[in-house]
Amino acid sequence: MGEIVFRGLCLAAVVLPVVSLLALLAAVAAEGIGRLDADFVMRFPSRIASAAGILPALVGSVVLVLLTMLIAVPVSVGSALYLEEYGKRGRFAGVIEVNITNLAGVPSVIYGLLGLEIFVRFLSLRQSLIAGALTLSLLVMPVIITASRESIRMVPQALREAALGMGATRWSMVRSVVLPMAAPGMITGSILALSRAFGESAPLIIVGAATFITFLPDGVMSSYSTLPIQIFNWVSRPQEAFQANAAAGIVVLLAAVLCLNAVAVLVRHRLQRPRI
Amino acid sequence: MMKQSTRAFVGGLAVLLTVACSGRGEPAAPAQSGSGSGSAAPVAAGAEIRMDGSSTLLPLGEAVAEEFQKQRPSRVTVRASGTGGGFQKFCNGELDIAGASRPIRPAESKACADKGVGFVEIAVAYDALSVVVNPQNSWVDFMTVDELKRMWEPDAQKRVTKWSQVRSSWPDEEIRLFGAGVDSGTYDYFTKAIVGSEHASRGDYTSSEDDNVLVQGVSTDKLALGFFGYSYFAESAGKLRVVPIDDGVAANGPGPVSPSPATVLAGTYQPLARPLFVYVSVASLGRAEVKELVAFYVSNAARLSREVGFIPLAVSTSAAVQRRFAAGKKGTLFADGSAVGAKLDEVLKLAEVAVADGSGSGAPAPK
Repeated sequence: MGEIVFRGLCLAAVVLPVVSLLALLAAVAAEGIGRLDADFVMRFPSRIASAAGILPALVGSVVLVLLTMLIAVPVSVGSALYLEEYGKRGRFAGVIEVNITNLAGVPSVIYGLLGLEIFVRFLSLRQSLIAGALTLSLLVMPVIITASRESIRMVPQALREAALGMGATRWSMVRSVVLPMAAPGMITGSILALSRAFGESAPLIIVGAATFITFLPDGVMSSYSTLPIQIFNWVSRPQEAFQANAAAGIVVLLAAVLCLNAVAVLVRHRLQRPRI
Repeated sequence: MMKQSTRAFVGGLAVLLTVACSGRGEPAAPAQSGSGSGSAAPVAAGAEIRMDGSSTLLPLGEAVAEEFQKQRPSRVTVRASGTGGGFQKFCNGELDIAGASRPIRPAESKACADKGVGFVEIAVAYDALSVVVNPQNSWVDFMTVDELKRMWEPDAQKRVTKWSQVRSSWPDEEIRLFGAGVDSGTYDYFTKAIVGSEHASRGDYTSSEDDNVLVQGVSTDKLALGFFGYSYFAESAGKLRVVPIDDGVAANGPGPVSPSPATVLAGTYQPLARPLFVYVSVASLGRAEVKELVAFYVSNAARLSREVGFIPLAVSTSAAVQRRFAAGKKGTLFADGSAVGAKLDEVLKLAEVAVADGSGSGAPAPK
């Protein structure tokens, strides 16, 4: 009897979120599908809903996430390697560890405020792509560091000892044993963190992503907009026609995030094939 | 296989270094060219024209940016940090143009002066804050400013909760209130106009920075009352019923008045008709493209504000605004930071008369 109830609860826990997610997706898709065409993706925004497009927002989002990846992934992987392979265990390491875990739970707006003061004002990067990317990097780094550390810990200790026992230096052990084995987990963690960055809007509004822009970024100091900000702008318009634009924008955003996640799965599968 | 992934990792590091270096190199470049030409404009990056400020004004700013760029190739960006957030950046020298749904406050003027940021104030359109109820609400025929005050003032919190407490003939049922978020210029204006002091109201109401949430709330709740900009009412007129407002001042038209372009222009929809402004940095006006954009803004404000749902200034008012801009008049016409009850054409006329009399540059503050 008890088991039946428990099974029922578990089933409900699976079905409820999936059904509500599907309902949401269906509603958004139904509203936005009429606006989705090549023109919508290739045009610049406009006050006339039917002539408006998402090109600068989409390009801005993609470039921003690429920049964030270039900054956040190497730094995070480096710090995870240091913490797991080189750093001494002690009080200091404990403090860092607690901080990283805490940082992963800080609301994203706070990173926006930090980015505004440090990157936009103190470093005078102004409201540029690079300031946005650095801010997003701060946001995703704790997540990537935690994921990377987990996957480094999954590397069997025996393999490390075997490498060291055969006379390998610590560097060559890390390079040819730990990194390759931990890479799939690191990459998966990174891509999942970056797909979160892709959908982020609050910190970017604070560090000055533009709401309306009619040119594409032409350097890291350029102004930019992103898809979530464009969607937010349209959603808050009084005219009904902009709601359809917002829905179509959401479909594009979801598709992009889905692609990122698919890449994560593919990469992991490729790298997890047996070696040697 | 192992070697490959190591190489990829090292390659990634190399790319990062390159990016980091170019990131460092670029900000220096415009600074060099800037010092060469002798212009020390703080906003020099790519000669971009930066607009920010009121989110109410965002649709108009976008429309102006869009049309202007068709005429003259330029890089205009529009952001919406809110009226207060916009002034903060504006007075910090980070913007060329700040949109505002209320006049600049004395404290903000001072912040600008401290940083040496001079500004030109330009009225661009009107908005009418509209008080709305659900169409099924059969009892509210109109409201006086006093009744609205009784409903919204800080003392009403947790005390005035029934419609019957506002007017005894109304039903003994709960009031559900919807209004602008406390960070918005809309909230500042509404509280100043209704409660009497800016930023003072009850806290137990549903607030949102997104007016569509308020529209949704009022249109689905028979007991609701809310306020927001005219364009949100005009676009959802079937789902909402607007409440005529009686300010008790016979000069502003006797009896209750509903918001509409006609009543706003006639000055009878008081005190909730509000002018919307843009503030332009004097330093930025030295740049040809900014000056052209502002001139374009002033002369096209009427056409574009009608398109995006605002109420255009009267032709004579707009002409006075243009004369004031052409004469390069600096500073604000609202020394006390409030435009509640002010009639723009009179304020502008007074300022012109004051200049003609030679009685100084400071315009009298409207009361």
